[in-house]
Amino acid sequence: MRITAVAYAVLALFALMVPLLGIYPVFMMQLLCLAMFACAYNLLLGFGRMLSFGHAAFFGTAAYATGWLVTAHAWGPGTAILAGVVVAALLGLAVGTLAIRRQGIYFAMITLALAQLIYFVCLEAPFTGGENGLQGVPRGKLLGFLPLKSDVVLYYVVLAAFVAVFLFIRRVVHSPFGQVLKAIRDNEPRAISLGYEINRYKLLAFVLSATLAGFAGSLKALVFGFVTLSDVQQSTSGEVILMTLLGGTGTFFGPVVGAAVVTTLQQYLSDLVGGWVIAIIGVVFVACVLSFRRGIVGELAAARWLRRAPPPR
Amino acid sequence: MKLRMLTVVTAAALAAAAGGAARAADEVVIGDIDDMSGVYADVMGAAGVEVVKWAVADFGGSVLGRKIAVLSADHQNKPDIGAAKFREWADQNGLNMLLGGSNTGVNIAMAKVAAVKHVPLFNIGPGGASLTNEDCTAYSVHYTYDTVALANGTATAIVNAGGKTWFYLTADYAFGTQLQAAASRVVEAHGGRNLGAVRVPLGAADFSSFLLQAQASGAQVLGLSNAGTDFSNSLKAANEFGITRTMKPAALLAFITDIHSLGLPAAQGLYLTTAWYWDLNPETRAFGKRFYARFNREPTMDQAGAYSATLTYLKAVKAVGSTDPDKVMAQLKKAKIDDMFTSSGYIRADGAMIHDMYVMQVKTPQESKHPWDYYKVVKKMAGAEAFGPITGLCPLAPAPK
Amino acid sequence: MTSVFGIPVAVILGQLMLGLVNGSFYAMLSLGLAVIFGLMGVVNFAHGAFYTLGAFAALLALQLFGINYWVALIVAPLAVGALGMIVERLLLRRVYGLDPLYGLLLTFGLALICEGSLNQVFGATGQSYPVPPALAGGFNLGFMFLPLYRAWVIAVSVVVCFSTWYVIERTRLGATLRAARENTPLLQSFGVNVPLLMAGTFGGGVALAALAGVLASPIVLVNSYMGSSLVIVVFAVVVIGGMGSILGSIVGGLTLGVVEGFTKVLYPEASNVVVFVIMALVLILRPAGLFGRD
Repeated sequence: MRITAVAYAVLALFALMVPLLGIYPVFMMQLLCLAMFACAYNLLLGFGRMLSFGHAAFFGTAAYATGWLVTAHAWGPGTAILAGVVVAALLGLAVGTLAIRRQGIYFAMITLALAQLIYFVCLEAPFTGGENGLQGVPRGKLLGFLPLKSDVVLYYVVLAAFVAVFLFIRRVVHSPFGQVLKAIRDNEPRAISLGYEINRYKLLAFVLSATLAGFAGSLKALVFGFVTLSDVQQSTSGEVILMTLLGGTGTFFGPVVGAAVVTTLQQYLSDLVGGWVIAIIGVVFVACVLSFRRGIVGELAAARWLRRAPPPR
Repeated sequence: MKLRMLTVVTAAALAAAAGGAARAADEVVIGDIDDMSGVYADVMGAAGVEVVKWAVADFGGSVLGRKIAVLSADHQNKPDIGAAKFREWADQNGLNMLLGGSNTGVNIAMAKVAAVKHVPLFNIGPGGASLTNEDCTAYSVHYTYDTVALANGTATAIVNAGGKTWFYLTADYAFGTQLQAAASRVVEAHGGRNLGAVRVPLGAADFSSFLLQAQASGAQVLGLSNAGTDFSNSLKAANEFGITRTMKPAALLAFITDIHSLGLPAAQGLYLTTAWYWDLNPETRAFGKRFYARFNREPTMDQAGAYSATLTYLKAVKAVGSTDPDKVMAQLKKAKIDDMFTSSGYIRADGAMIHDMYVMQVKTPQESKHPWDYYKVVKKMAGAEAFGPITGLCPLAPAPK
Repeated sequence: MTSVFGIPVAVILGQLMLGLVNGSFYAMLSLGLAVIFGLMGVVNFAHGAFYTLGAFAALLALQLFGINYWVALIVAPLAVGALGMIVERLLLRRVYGLDPLYGLLLTFGLALICEGSLNQVFGATGQSYPVPPALAGGFNLGFMFLPLYRAWVIAVSVVVCFSTWYVIERTRLGATLRAARENTPLLQSFGVNVPLLMAGTFGGGVALAALAGVLASPIVLVNSYMGSSLVIVVFAVVVIGGMGSILGSIVGGLTLGVVEGFTKVLYPEASNVVVFVIMALVLILRPAGLFGRD
């Protein structure tokens, strides 16, 4: 246990020192936002075993809401983010209510269809700027006094948000709610027979996942200063699935690792190999599904258990 | 334990990689952000990057005693990728000048970054005239062509040839709508009528039903307010459905690569407007020959524009003796551009590079004597006529009283 | 000109005709998907990629070997079908015992590989495939001019769809395929080579997609993303018709084509999404689809 704590401390130290190490803060912020998104998605996929094909809808819609409020109505960043989160939660409630009624492939297809509809709305709505997107989103002052214009200052804010989300997800998973969710994941008929209202649990998991995804989206709008249709597009939904799968569904740190790997790959690989990135991502997908299903973190954890007996629960 | 170690190692590796992003000492850095793999990849693309490097080499490889480096990236037609890359290069790589490739939406996003980071941006690929109107900035130069010039050329030629009533097939995004608006204004100004339009989702696979609506309108002209594969597909379908027997197609934006992929039998007779063509004069033919030897095809106006813009920038830097963005921009707006791309170009206060535009008609297969011999010149428009007067929508260039 | 709701009758009839043409493509593509899902339980996200491969196969056959359209109609689906069998053998087989979502993700990855590679090798600007001379021209129906080639597409698709339905529902081979889905060990104990059957089914399903691709190549420019824009729509069709149902996908495809056609007249921007509205409604009200069995 002590080793884990030490490792976390080292990581935390590294994260705090990022601006001093000369790493591009905007890149790290992008990574953190995507890691948050992936963690939120993992709550649904890893701990709830529900494959949603349209999660970008929550990420992007919250981003649009925040972006629009800050640009057109001069809201402060804090309140705008809050608004974005609320929008994502409501949207999650609406989509979840419709989708939860079915399972497996059908669930995935409903989320896909509804996400396409949301994409269409974002495309046609007058305030989203259509294909151009929302540009020039100002960062403003957090809580009225902390100017976010500096990349370094915003980095620490985003880092704090990420840590908060990460700890929150841990808390949720370890809570009684989380235990029931895991029970439903592992053996749904038995959970039903034990008297749990599984649909309510699933819906709550869906809404939580959507809300946190929205939080990530709202932050991203401020980090980059623009919101575009890519944020609600099918490809972004596919990316978050890849990140979670690659990192390890059902683990805590998996999605973070997955997000880090995928973001870095896209950033540096596209400079090297140009358009081949898409095909390479496809190869990674296939490799993950065929022989790497537990993901990076999952495989390593499993390797650890194989060397000695599993710890007592 | 191993897992945590691995995460730390990964993070450290990331740090090393990110930190290593070259910030080469005291180079002059020119960037090119373009669609390298999508529907516009052949208009500028990877060949465009090569052409920029030729310009750098032809200039001497260095300016003010500093070496010139060329960076390139693929924006994948996404404004966020283009803008993020631009910002990163400005922050981390000491970018001095950026060339913007196809896609108006991406260029609008990048123009905003140019304004914040104070880096000169040459918009080579996009068409949207808003770049020199509502979306203008003190650091952007709209170089090759714009929707106003396209409409002034092609629409005028067709209305004068008898095509008075128009119906538009418009790609449902910024460029398409701006192009339709520009063409409609020209049509009405010359005594024609706009009977209607249908907005087609970008990248639609099948245009047949939209074309039927166009035909039902009874208009004489089918205004194709789209580009790339949308343009080629819609024209193919128009031929197939016999629409072209009753309506004359107007190619409001077409590159030589589009004509090549359509083939002369399908494209013959089309009017289009271009800023540059390889077979105009000895200089253009020389550039075309050089390009053909390397790429086995003739260059588009965007590729020629990229070459010219790079040289124009480097000449301005040399003239001012520094890469200071404000000084360079001031010099650029005074400079006269006389090279293989245009003989009488200048940059206006709103950022538009005013130069001659050519209205062309695509040759019939019989008229074409050698490969890529596709166009015959119908009219040469002087810059002022092509790009029209200053509208006053850009704060940098108020309309003259 | 007579009109209904302010729209000329000629336009409505024209859209109906075009809707049938598009619907034929949807029907053929969703047929392949339905066959694969119905008989193998695999959700083939790579279906659009196989459609694209069929079109490229026809294009390359013409450019490299001078093989004409008529031969390509047979050769391309066979080639792509063989490729499909290899894919099934080497890759898909490994995920059968798992959660069906892995099959979905695997084929999703395969689609990315295929389309990304095609895009890099052939470039983004599509290439033209000529309409075969025997099918050029068309006839004037009064309300519109219908190209002969489009009528041909409708005809082929009707024949193919009907034959496939007949084979699966009415012949012994079809019964064997259906039995494989229901009870594999039992069927194997009867001496049937089930693995070969599975490979053949997948190969057959993607061969149908490739055939659709060959049919499409004279109509649209052959480019690497022609399938990806279609595949999501085709999925919607399969869901609407009923995910295991052959008849459902045929009827669903044709109907959707017509509905899309009408939307293009009334509210063109929405023509891309009307299918999802219908799909969402069907999934909520009747998830097994209109003809589904599950």
